[in-house]
Amino acid sequence: MFSDTFSDTLLYFIELFLSGLTRGSIYALIALGYTMVYGIIELINFAHGEIYMIGAFTALIVSGIMTMYGYAGLSVFFTAMIIAAFYSSAYGYTIEKIAYKPLRHSPRLSPLISAIGMSIFLQNYVMLAQTSDFMPFPSLIPDFECLALIDYMIGGPELIILITTVVVMAGLSILIKFTRIGKAMRATAQDKTMAMLVGVDINQMISITFIIGSALAAVAGVLIASYVGQINFYIGFIAGIKAFTAAVLGGIGSIPGAVLGGLVLGLTESFATGYVSSDYEDVFAFALLVMILIVRPSGLIGRKTTQKV
Amino acid sequence: MRFRFQSIKSSFWIAIWFMMLTFPLIVIKVNTIEQEIIWRFQNMIWMGICIFLIALLMQQLKQINLNQIKGLYIYQSLKHTKAVFVSYSRQWFIIVCFLAIFFPFLVSAYQINIMTTAMIYVVLGLGLNIVVGLAGLLDLGYVAFYAVGAYGYALLNYHYHINFWLALPFCAMLSALFGVLLGFPVLRLRGDYLAIVTLGFGEIIRLILENWNDFSFGPSGIAHIPRPPIFGWETNLQTASIFMYYLMGLMVLFTIFMVNRLQNSRIGRAWIALREDEIACQAMGIDRTKTKLLAFALGATWAGLMGAIFAAKTTFINPACFTFLESAIILSIVVLGGMGSILGVMIAAFILILLPEYLRAFSEYRMLIFGASMVLMMVFRPQGLISHMSKQYLQSSKQS
Amino acid sequence: MSQFFLKLTALFLLLFMSVTLYAAETINLGVAGAHSGDLASYGIPSARAAKLVVDHINDRGGILGKKVEVWTEDDACKPELATNTATRLISKGVHVVMGHICSGATKAALGIYKDMNIITMSPSATNPDLTQSGDYPNFFRTIASDDAQAKLEVDFAINVLKLNKIAVLHDKGDYGKGLAEFARKFIQQSKKADVVLYEGITPGAVDYSAVIRKIKRSKAQAVIYGGYHPEASKLVSGMRKKRMDTIFISDDGVKDDTFIKVAKKYAEGVYATGPKDVSKHPLTIKATSEHKNQYGDDPGAFFLNAYSATLALLNAIEKSGSTQYAAIKKALHTEFVETPLGNIRFDQRGDAVGVGFSMYQVKNGSYVEVK
Repeated sequence: MFSDTFSDTLLYFIELFLSGLTRGSIYALIALGYTMVYGIIELINFAHGEIYMIGAFTALIVSGIMTMYGYAGLSVFFTAMIIAAFYSSAYGYTIEKIAYKPLRHSPRLSPLISAIGMSIFLQNYVMLAQTSDFMPFPSLIPDFECLALIDYMIGGPELIILITTVVVMAGLSILIKFTRIGKAMRATAQDKTMAMLVGVDINQMISITFIIGSALAAVAGVLIASYVGQINFYIGFIAGIKAFTAAVLGGIGSIPGAVLGGLVLGLTESFATGYVSSDYEDVFAFALLVMILIVRPSGLIGRKTTQKV
Repeated sequence: MRFRFQSIKSSFWIAIWFMMLTFPLIVIKVNTIEQEIIWRFQNMIWMGICIFLIALLMQQLKQINLNQIKGLYIYQSLKHTKAVFVSYSRQWFIIVCFLAIFFPFLVSAYQINIMTTAMIYVVLGLGLNIVVGLAGLLDLGYVAFYAVGAYGYALLNYHYHINFWLALPFCAMLSALFGVLLGFPVLRLRGDYLAIVTLGFGEIIRLILENWNDFSFGPSGIAHIPRPPIFGWETNLQTASIFMYYLMGLMVLFTIFMVNRLQNSRIGRAWIALREDEIACQAMGIDRTKTKLLAFALGATWAGLMGAIFAAKTTFINPACFTFLESAIILSIVVLGGMGSILGVMIAAFILILLPEYLRAFSEYRMLIFGASMVLMMVFRPQGLISHMSKQYLQSSKQS
Repeated sequence: MSQFFLKLTALFLLLFMSVTLYAAETINLGVAGAHSGDLASYGIPSARAAKLVVDHINDRGGILGKKVEVWTEDDACKPELATNTATRLISKGVHVVMGHICSGATKAALGIYKDMNIITMSPSATNPDLTQSGDYPNFFRTIASDDAQAKLEVDFAINVLKLNKIAVLHDKGDYGKGLAEFARKFIQQSKKADVVLYEGITPGAVDYSAVIRKIKRSKAQAVIYGGYHPEASKLVSGMRKKRMDTIFISDDGVKDDTFIKVAKKYAEGVYATGPKDVSKHPLTIKATSEHKNQYGDDPGAFFLNAYSATLALLNAIEKSGSTQYAAIKKALHTEFVETPLGNIRFDQRGDAVGVGFSMYQVKNGSYVEVK
């Protein structure tokens, strides 16, 4: 059925690999937000997927206005991304203050339910404020002529997505490891009370975490919207669940874990589609998750926390 | 009511913040299909005013002195009314029971149906309560067992023409089996890892049902699922609904009884010990594995039973009925009710299920209000409607 | 005191009776469909169509001397909500129902309508079982069923485009998968072409590049896709961006101007089946202009089908002279009614005679019928 020359098979494998990396990078970018928030307040922020969606919509609005006034190309791209990141961060910050901060000392499940409610609220808010239709998103990433040769294998948008993820991860790691703020964030994640005692402003650290995570989600939103070409108020839900799975897969609370988890998830789905069937790609993804967690209960590179009695 | 300048100022800034925050989405409506942009500045003004008033109100509420309130006449009279209420609680209880029994004859089939659905969720909430509330195992995939029960009955009926009553115990056992299947891989997992795996499990079940056409008829679902036969009586919509209502009423009573007894039994205490501290529990000699598996299995049994009843009630099921959102709603019912509290779960189920139906008048804003209510209810009452109080053993004043 | 209460009770009884008597004086038309949620664009035009028709009829004096009243209920295309909607409409005392919109929701609600002997006519539920299984004698529709669509697509691909390697894709939904199954069956039956790929894609997934690469590898000459326009446009743009010129054939979920506007230049050349072109019919022109006057924009999906369905239902009541189930059914089978879709009546199974599908292609940014 398929012509099975070696080069064809290899090419196919490489294509699937690149596909998986692209998908995985998107998951990774969103997963970073999940993992950072979890690391610092042990909360699964279900509304994070919606922040990704709001970022995409904000970029849509900005690019729509700019296109109407005659701008195009890279300037639109960067402006849209910056404004989207700004607004998503603002939303993340506000959501934290309204729905999570009052519940910081409550039983563990209450903020979770609050997050789920917030997720439903935001979905419908965007649907009512904008539209329930699928809105086409302009492809803001211009065509790079130099890539024309391998264009059938990997296009401009995919490359941008991969590069962005690498840059973001590097930047985030530097931030966490080498800056003062990073140190303060790590301290807050480890032990809030002690961090307060040594003079760290907990509330500020938590807010900063939300802001950074939300900005990353917005970047992912803009990238994927340009790549796929359309957005709708519901995209946050599925992306959110997948990204959350990725974060847990890699070890929730760990930043390299989120990226690793995202890539592993993306690759699994891509290969499952390519070699088995697209019908069951999600089943493969979740089955993989279960298997990895059985073998490594704290995720791929999660921290093993000793349980104290 | 005195409005201090400080609170007015901060409310003002909060309003400005929200106006700016929601500006793109609320004011600008970009339609890239039609290539047009609509500016709706009036929305921003409305938003600003509303937020300003709400913020002001919240600030005032924070500043209210509790003693001042207690001195108010209104508070005293309300308290008096409540006392009167409580003293007649037995009579109220009888009246409520009376209404519940005669309810189906007073209202239309539609209302009966809604009430039946609410009762199904009450039992689902009580079932999940065993897993999450008592045993402390965060299960985000509870809907999988619900689906197993529903499809179990539907398929048994389709292939072997097994009638409802025979299928019920089978569905219960099948779900319990699935509960154990889920339990085995997750024995070592804690907290949020457990959550995601259970979520994955729920999704896997749904996806298999959706894709394995030969087995489950895929997305088109199974139709013409017969209602439970009532010994030869002719059923039309009205009588069937009424019958379902009473059936569910009995199920609710049965479940309450069972959960109550389980809570106070040996296994119930083992679950509570497991929830409080897993390692200490093991140190006390409780078999963790058996306890966890039993929690999953029993929780799943109830979901399976409800699944079968759900299939019989709506006569048509497809995989889209069993999404993650359902699990989330059931979990919300448990948390909102106050984990471990039976009455709380009942009230929460009624609120969360009846609210969207009665909000139909608002159609478009229904889910928005629903989501907002969930957040508000958690923020204002995080311990749930009826917070769990552990049993207290007081020494009786009479010397034995 | 008791005198007062007696009088009060008498007054209430009187009011109650008069209200019910008044209520019995209308003919109640239930309109059920998706008026909210992501499939609302498929349901709202139908509700509007019903309203327009009913307003006309009431202006002319109603039917059989009574006014017609429309009761709209939203089911968001979800089967469990559809059963609630059906119960609600029945509680309101509807005589006939125009709806539902999605096949799944319709199937769920039909059992209830059948028990209560209520004629139901859908403008858009295309699942073949609804009429062909014989399980729903109370169901009619003003749109041809999915197997007719699939047959048209397959015949076109094999006989007109002369293709022999076809990939069949679907969105795992009831509608899409049903169409895809039929397409696959017809291709295999024809023995003139091979189904080189048969896959379902997940709607709402983050990207589809893996599936697109798989299509490329399978060397399919065309893709027959069953599903709705969002995924279709994602697939088509993905394929064209990877320099694949695979022909894309799809169904009436994609024959929608929104598809062209979303996929833009990538939509060019895409084939889709849709209801036969009746834009020249005088009633069509009239109905479309009414919609424009009332609502300010062009009517959306299934508007004409719903318009015709409402006309057919009310015409059947009028011609039969009653709101009884058997009488209306007979009238629908025997009487012709003039609608924007043509002069139609209904066959024994409930399908409309004279309503079929054609193939369209996107040329220069709009759908053009392919003869």
